[in-house]
Amino acid sequence: MIDAGPSLVETLTFRAGFNTSLVVAGTTLLGLAAGVVGVFAMLRKRALMADALSHATLPGIAAAFLAASWLGAEGRSMPVLLAGAVFTGVLGVLAIQAILRYTRLHEDAAIGIVLSVFFGVGVVGLSYIQANRADGSAGIDAFIYGQAASMQPSDVRLMAGIAIFGVLATALLLKEFTLVAFNDAFARVTGWPVSLIDLLMMALVVLVTVAGIQAVGLILVVALLIIPSVAARFWTERIWLLVLLAGVFGAASGYLGAVISSMLPRKPAGAVIVLTAGGVFALSLIAAPARGVIAASFRRLGLRLRIASDHLLEAAFERGDHLLSRAAVDDLATVRGWSTPFRVLLLFRLRLAGFVAGSTKAGVSVSPAGLARGQRVSRNHALWEQYLISDADIAPSHVDWSVDQVEHVLSDELIARLEARLAERGISVPAPAGHSS
Amino acid sequence: MSWPAFQFDVALDLFPMLAGLLAAVGCGLLGNFLVLRRISLMGDAISHSVLPGLVIAFLIATSRSPLAMFVGAAVAGIATVVLVELVKKLGRVEPGAAMGVVFSVLFALGVLLIESAAVRHVDLDADCVLHGQLETLFWTTPVQSWDEVFQLRTWTGYVIDPAVVNPETGEVVRSAIYHQGVPRQVVTLAVMVLAAFAFVGLLFKELRIAAFDPALATTLGFNASALHYALMVFVAAATVASFEAVGSILVIAMLICPAATARLMTDRLLAQIAWSLAFAIAASIGGYVAATAIPSMWGKEPVNAAGSMTVAAGVLLTLAIVVSPKHGLVVRAIRRRRLAASVALDDLLAALFRFAEQGEPKVPRARLAQLVPGIRLDRALGLARKRDLVTLDDGLVALTPTGLDTGGAIIRRHRLWETYLVEQAGVSPDHVHETAERLEHLPPQPDLPADTDPHGKAIPPGV
Amino acid sequence: MPELSPTAARRPTNLAERPEHSPDSPLSVHAMTVAYHRKPVLWDVDYDAPPNRLIAIVGPNGAGKSTLIKGCLGLVPRSSGQVEFWGRPHGEARSRLGYVPQRESVDWDFPVSALDVVCMGRYRRIGWCRPVSRKHKRASLDALDRVGMADLAKRQISQLSGGQQQRVFLARALAQEAELYFMDEPFAGVDAATERAIVDVLRDLRAAGRTVIAVHHDLQTVPEYFDDVILLNMRVVASGPVAEVFTQENLHQTYGGRLTLLAEAAEAVARAASGERAP
Repeated sequence: MIDAGPSLVETLTFRAGFNTSLVVAGTTLLGLAAGVVGVFAMLRKRALMADALSHATLPGIAAAFLAASWLGAEGRSMPVLLAGAVFTGVLGVLAIQAILRYTRLHEDAAIGIVLSVFFGVGVVGLSYIQANRADGSAGIDAFIYGQAASMQPSDVRLMAGIAIFGVLATALLLKEFTLVAFNDAFARVTGWPVSLIDLLMMALVVLVTVAGIQAVGLILVVALLIIPSVAARFWTERIWLLVLLAGVFGAASGYLGAVISSMLPRKPAGAVIVLTAGGVFALSLIAAPARGVIAASFRRLGLRLRIASDHLLEAAFERGDHLLSRAAVDDLATVRGWSTPFRVLLLFRLRLAGFVAGSTKAGVSVSPAGLARGQRVSRNHALWEQYLISDADIAPSHVDWSVDQVEHVLSDELIARLEARLAERGISVPAPAGHSS
Repeated sequence: MSWPAFQFDVALDLFPMLAGLLAAVGCGLLGNFLVLRRISLMGDAISHSVLPGLVIAFLIATSRSPLAMFVGAAVAGIATVVLVELVKKLGRVEPGAAMGVVFSVLFALGVLLIESAAVRHVDLDADCVLHGQLETLFWTTPVQSWDEVFQLRTWTGYVIDPAVVNPETGEVVRSAIYHQGVPRQVVTLAVMVLAAFAFVGLLFKELRIAAFDPALATTLGFNASALHYALMVFVAAATVASFEAVGSILVIAMLICPAATARLMTDRLLAQIAWSLAFAIAASIGGYVAATAIPSMWGKEPVNAAGSMTVAAGVLLTLAIVVSPKHGLVVRAIRRRRLAASVALDDLLAALFRFAEQGEPKVPRARLAQLVPGIRLDRALGLARKRDLVTLDDGLVALTPTGLDTGGAIIRRHRLWETYLVEQAGVSPDHVHETAERLEHLPPQPDLPADTDPHGKAIPPGV
Repeated sequence: MPELSPTAARRPTNLAERPEHSPDSPLSVHAMTVAYHRKPVLWDVDYDAPPNRLIAIVGPNGAGKSTLIKGCLGLVPRSSGQVEFWGRPHGEARSRLGYVPQRESVDWDFPVSALDVVCMGRYRRIGWCRPVSRKHKRASLDALDRVGMADLAKRQISQLSGGQQQRVFLARALAQEAELYFMDEPFAGVDAATERAIVDVLRDLRAAGRTVIAVHHDLQTVPEYFDDVILLNMRVVASGPVAEVFTQENLHQTYGGRLTLLAEAAEAVARAASGERAP
């Protein structure tokens, strides 16, 4: 079909022949819908329920095929097969709920049971068709791993139609879905039909799953639902942006995955699409500015630096000398566990903030602003210590340790309240003596 | 339609059945701890995500060497657990979603690797990963009879084949040693099952505490997380030992279904393990036989045996949900019915006692029907007469002496409750009757030094 | 299957006992029993809330305080009993009810802002599928302003302190513009500033003729913050104006161990109902 070899660029720009372009467009739309719908499966904590659902579609596909050909119709008619898939998919979800309701088993076991047993029924059905029908399984086992490349234009149109419907429905019901996912009890009290909204949410998951099984395969379609939304979560705290980004990530995975796989010999579109989504996820996990790992470790480093610089300035203030000797800094570093690179960073930060005027072989020269800051820290320390001893009944010998954790994060409002509280009890903490500033 | 037919053929059926059985037993044993710790889906995740580990091990070792496969699977298994933890912690992602992300990406990687390997005609197939190749495990040694089964050479496989002579040329074509005794997969599975039993047997105490309360286990000095990883390694090993023969779907089913079924049968861990093993054995043998026998009723070809075993496990679970003697729906319904009957009986006796108190020992049935609703009255009367508590004579119901005692005890409980509710629970007297009405049927009984209830009625003496 | 709630077996004659509720009572609970897993948690509760009061529900842990609110609002199934609002069933009074759930009941790491949460109080007014219009946004901002959080409207909810989160929930209830408010532990784990803000809001609500029923933990502040009190321990031990009901003796009865037999009976009911034999 397309083995004549359209180039990567041609495929990327939809110029690689009608069929390939159609498939690429279809998986892009599918990815968009899966990403958008998946956001609420994730927020409602139903990611693995969706997994069970997609596995549970297999017996429906086999049964629909058998039923259709028994009635003399064309077994491999896509709408018939997908109707069967919807039927047993929903049956699987109901089975999970029945197990939870009528037995003492927990959700994890219920999902695992439905997933494996329904899939087992499907495997039996497929092998029955394979062994007993002259036309064999007629390619319906392609649903397990998906076969995007062999999709017909009508299949793609059906998939695209479902995908567009899914996106539009989610857009319309964004407000309701958000409410139920965040706080279903409140939704119920204010008169929203929570079960109905839940049902709509699940119905969209079913639709997208069923639309995706032909292209991505029923084992991996759940990945397309979960991964884009989990990845998008790293980038934003806004629900509409989350939905948008999940859609974009899903669409990008569908698009790139289909294009790349069309270049590969056996065109394993499902696997490549999921791996592309996995790549987006890994990138988000590491590099996203809002919740990514790098951003988080920078924030932690920033806090450590702030605390360390407080310690250093406090030490300088308490020694009453603007020059903190090298030996004193070494001592601090040993006690506080500062590594050499950390010390370099620390001094850099202190100079940047104007707390340190310069550092020589003799030691660190603290600026007046630095000493003032040291005085504030020292006073906070004393205040908190006093409070712990007088109000919280903590033994004086234990005080220093807990003070160290807290003194750097006190807000000005809290300090004012601390002073008021101690004043009420007739305790005043004078500004500690030291270098006058 | 004809009778189900299944002809056991040693050469064709012994090893597939044995492989299914071993896989079911090994996974079923380990599954107990997954289900108890509510991490069943970790088994699901691992059995998906060992795939890339296997394929990579295969590509490096260029053979299906069991050792390479085990290393690959164990590494993939641990990687899954570690990655799920990482994604959960670093990404603040909910456990289910974290698991979903990790295992689907790893599985996709495995599928891609297999597909690219398949291009180079390497003997790996994505389909067999799911439903295995049980049917290919037949005995290549020509076993003709049961006698041969019990000969060592048949098992070791070193059967010296008589030289095959080309009848036309008289040339010796092959003087071969059949090197096919017990299929490698079955040996691997047997080793896995032994190892799993050794693991559970040696660490039973620790596993039990860790399953019940991981925090407690840690304070007691067991390293719960090391135990967790060890369990996961065994699950990965069970997966890899099983998957070639039975496919990953049976692995997931056997990790979860037998243990879940056993949960419905008993509350004790040892008994649960025993039940789960019994269910695993029953599902694997039953499933295997059914795969051939049931289609044969319509003259059809056998279906996939691993799938059929999974279905059998599901059928057993469904049966347990319905008829388990401890937690089954039927038993619960029967107990509720019995309870309803005994409540109705109590109501009847109490009513008769009250009538007797007011000097009316014989009560027309119709008057009782106002107090105990129709159907329940019939059952209650039947029960009471069977137990010789009342007599029914010409439409008049009367208590026998035993009935009088029983009725008195019920009324005593009722009035004691009323007294308790008024005096201690601060319920207003005009309100206590209904509550006492429910409580009088239950074992706890207030111990009060009272002679009369809040309505001024005498409390009958205790027996 | 027999209903095993303590009141289910009422005979027809007893139904006549039912008192007539005055239609201006915002909440009338009659013979309400609530069971979790068939174990009764609330037992035969009768209560009529006086209008335009601040009412505290007080009682020990496990007394069923949250359950009382949830049972009234239909969030947990009632085994028996009726609940009416202004003499009408729940369905007809829904738009007049406000609700502040327990703070721990939701996932605060949810991708919405404080203003988004408050707007949820207006969703029912807005209706299906329609976006939040500027008018409703303004009303929500006003509600946030009343709890002193207008400047944090755009803040993501996980970045708020516990007290601020509680105030967001309160603002959401205010945005509902209800007449009867149910609040589940509004003061639990909040800072002093929030406590003051909540008390101010409660007094404003009373001044505007509203009624508030709140689960409260801190016995010391009951007389200061509330007008009425419901002393609850599986059943209503006493209820009425704080001055009359909030007595040492009633408190002792609510918190004392004299009701253990009732708890034991509840266990027995649960066991019997689940079909297990009594030990």
